[in-house]
Amino acid sequence: MSVIGKYFIFLGTLLGKGEKLAVYWRRLMEECVGIGVSSVFIVAIVSTFIGAVSCIQTAYNLVSPIIPVSTVALIVRDMEILELAPTITCIVLAGKVGSNIASELGTMRITEQIDALEVMGINSASYLVLPKVIAAMITFPMLVIFSAFLGIFGGYLAGTLTGVITERDFLYGIRDSFVPYNIFFMCVKPFVFGFLIASISSFKGFYTEGGALEVGRASTDAVTNSCISILIADYLLAQLLL
Amino acid sequence: MIEVDNIVKAFNGKEVLKGISSTFQKGETNLIIGGSGTGKSVLLKCMIGLVKPDQGRVLYNGRDFYNSDRETQQSIRREMGVLFQGGALFDSKTVEENVRFPLDMLTDQTIEEKQERVLFCLQRVGLEAAAKRMPSEISGGMKKRVGIARAIVMNPMYLFCDEPNSGLDPLTSVKIDELIKEITEEYQITTIIITHDMNSVMEIGQNIFFLYQGNKLWEGLNTEIVKTDVPELKEFLFSNKLLREMEK
Repeated sequence: MSVIGKYFIFLGTLLGKGEKLAVYWRRLMEECVGIGVSSVFIVAIVSTFIGAVSCIQTAYNLVSPIIPVSTVALIVRDMEILELAPTITCIVLAGKVGSNIASELGTMRITEQIDALEVMGINSASYLVLPKVIAAMITFPMLVIFSAFLGIFGGYLAGTLTGVITERDFLYGIRDSFVPYNIFFMCVKPFVFGFLIASISSFKGFYTEGGALEVGRASTDAVTNSCISILIADYLLAQLLL
Repeated sequence: MIEVDNIVKAFNGKEVLKGISSTFQKGETNLIIGGSGTGKSVLLKCMIGLVKPDQGRVLYNGRDFYNSDRETQQSIRREMGVLFQGGALFDSKTVEENVRFPLDMLTDQTIEEKQERVLFCLQRVGLEAAAKRMPSEISGGMKKRVGIARAIVMNPMYLFCDEPNSGLDPLTSVKIDELIKEITEEYQITTIIITHDMNSVMEIGQNIFFLYQGNKLWEGLNTEIVKTDVPELKEFLFSNKLLREMEK
């Protein structure tokens, strides 16, 4: 409980007296590149293959003369939009971005770089962490939209190239019974997950004590705790919004 | 002038500082010496506001740091320059950006003014040629000098150095010591150095404070220190063979 309390106090310090707006803008842009742009490649690879695999496996499980083949595309689309793109992408990002944030801040802590900021009279938590949290909340939804697109495209490629579904059936399927609200739901999830991943990982890194071993431990804890929080938040969001 | 008054600090019930009081004069290099684990770094952290003491006061020209409002604390902090043990340079920034960082964050100077000041400070520590290099590309001694340049870039009134010679060869140590002393005298800064380097004690230590197990056991000039009759200080001073021979 004390750790949770400390986490909320930490969140409070992010909103404490900060620095000049121009400084935050520059930091935010740097973090958007570091968190968002540098994750495009891994997101693209993971999403395309997940989409491809989900298409093949759905087709494998839907061998029935009474179910139209286009249903495969419909299922791929809904799986991608509702769960695979937002949740799996964010779990992948928890591993990549979360460990990066925790180890960066942990190293800064043990090498006294954070102390150096403090003695200059700079709100170190706000200066270092707030841009990371906001950058994650901005870039994660973009990455998830990109992921959903590539996931469906991966499904299309795998389905049509292996012959389990025709191009016509696939295009019909992904437009069939489309619910626009699901897109809103898909975008809310990474917004929340981005906040959780960036803030939890920053918290773990920011309060690292010791040496290299503890930085590694903070990094592992950051990924583990972020993944658990994503799964809990995923359930709560599904209950609340669907 | 900095005054510390009855500083007490304990961690997990263990008292690390047991009522330290001292005055550190302007324009002088004040050295806090003592063995490992005697509370030197904790005292320094209490003075610069990184660790809040359980008891006692730290006064900067009469302003009580811990009993001041946030604004006063911030203004005192902006009068400080701190050289950390490992330099504490920001890895993602070049040498020049590291030195310019306090100016970027805390002043409204123009880019030209900032560049001029950065260049001056880098020249002062003899590192103008390394301005564009990253901290990972420079030696330990150069990192310390960049740390000094960053510490003085805001024209501080108080300079704190945490073991400025640790990990350096004797020649580089002497250069760093001389640089700190020159800067102290030139800008009339109140300088406090944490060290256990005997060479620094003899070369630049004007006022010396000896800490032992959280207590201040001795205070005086470097010309007096070798004549001490405090057994713990004698043991500390003459711990190596060369100095023991010299004492004889």
